Amino acid sequence: MPTYSEKVMDHFNKPRNLGEIENAEGVGKAGNPVCGDIMNLYIKVQDNRITEAKFKTFGCGAAIATSSMVTEMVKGKTIEEALRISNRAVAEALDGLPPINMHCSVLAEEALRSAIDDFYEKNKK
Amino acid sequence: MKRIYLDHAATTSVHPEVLKATLPYFSDCFGNASTLYSYGQEAKEAMEEARSQIASLINTKSPREIVFTSGGTESDNFAICGVAWANQKKGNHIITSSIEHHAVLNTCKFLEKMGFKVTYLPVDGNGLVDSQDVKKAITDKTILISIMHANNEVGTVEPIADIGKIAKEKEIYFHTDAVQSLGYIPVNVDELQVNLLSASAHKLYGPKGVGMLYIRKGTKIEPLLHGGDQENRRRASTENVAGIVGFGKACELAGQDMEGEGRRLSFLRDKLIQGIVEKIEFSQLNGHPTRRLPGNVNVSVKYVEGESMLLKLDGKGICASSGSACTSSILEASHVLTAMGVPPDVAHSSLRFTLGRENTEEDVDYVVEVLPDIVKGLRLMSPLYQAKRGS
Repeated sequence: MPTYSEKVMDHFNKPRNLGEIENAEGVGKAGNPVCGDIMNLYIKVQDNRITEAKFKTFGCGAAIATSSMVTEMVKGKTIEEALRISNRAVAEALDGLPPINMHCSVLAEEALRSAIDDFYEKNKK
Repeated sequence: MKRIYLDHAATTSVHPEVLKATLPYFSDCFGNASTLYSYGQEAKEAMEEARSQIASLINTKSPREIVFTSGGTESDNFAICGVAWANQKKGNHIITSSIEHHAVLNTCKFLEKMGFKVTYLPVDGNGLVDSQDVKKAITDKTILISIMHANNEVGTVEPIADIGKIAKEKEIYFHTDAVQSLGYIPVNVDELQVNLLSASAHKLYGPKGVGMLYIRKGTKIEPLLHGGDQENRRRASTENVAGIVGFGKACELAGQDMEGEGRRLSFLRDKLIQGIVEKIEFSQLNGHPTRRLPGNVNVSVKYVEGESMLLKLDGKGICASSGSACTSSILEASHVLTAMGVPPDVAHSSLRFTLGRENTEEDVDYVVEVLPDIVKGLRLMSPLYQAKRGS
């Protein structure tokens, strides 16, 4: 098992923004049961700004911590700003991830992109 | 916080009596066993005493059939490569199972690159190899069968004596990896009818860095290490005398305690299995319900990933292991559970507890007390559990 930073353990043990958002403007999904990680991300958007983000994740400690961190990072950001959040930024915000767990941060980025895609899809005129 | 160690299949603590037996061989009796003066002869005698202690545990009358190695991995490599290389004029086919330890599987893969052919036999849902499958896989090119005595992940005990009978009839060398079984269940090389048997000291309260390969008299085998004349020219390198002495002592103690300790561990094992399966909804036992190592508990707690459970357990002082991808370096679920037909998401949800001599009934009760809450918390986060409840 890898050694996680204190910040990873903090987000794993006290996940921020756990749960779902009913009637979310954007719902993102990433991962699959075969690789052992599934992340669902929900965003609430008002005037092009993400006002709330929540998650549900099946995965290792790093997957849960990156989910928690990405929901913290997107809150208050415009859609365009949120799109610029990279997997590296999520990992750095957690004081780094063991190399083997970097894919968990990729998953967080994918889940976020997927939620934003869903938001665009729902708002197509 | 009190720590509860439940990972004895990974390694064990050195038994105090084993430690005591080894200490003189680091200092007062430091001699090289290949030398003729008194320091060397003391070391040599101690080493031969250890060889006899191990011989007695595996029930061979000739201790010379035991070759000391650096551990289970070297023993497996030595057995498989050594027999393959020495017998390649006779054939190039090896039969093994799909649930072997990587020390066997990756050695077989290495030999495939060198032109050997390997059959990886399937197992049933309980992790058992069918001896008839072994029989059917034999060709006129088969030179070696290698099937583990007991599986390290799920604890299933394989029908080695049945396979041994077939191997003997067909005159094919038979190797078994007994790293997990030695010291826990009877290992009798004549009853099992094996030609080669691997074992490691640190799994039975001996020191790390020492193991052995039993090589039945008459077995054609090439050495893996070339150099001096140690170990009857079968394994060059100055012997790890202290380690070997510790291995011998550990085998002696294991032989004395096996029956009582086996009963005690089996009771704790069954209590832990029952407690988990009864208290946690959507949990299941992996591996055979009865043909199982005394200390092995392997369960899947569905909709929760294994590594996240290990982290939470560690937070409660409990040391366990998992077949989840995140606990391996290749990000794949356990090859053992997968071969048994366990779906990937259920394999990722596996937990292994392996009990040992210092564990008590209170330890088992503690796990059964804390695990349900850990699972409850993680399931709250799990979209899979949410989907299950919704359905």
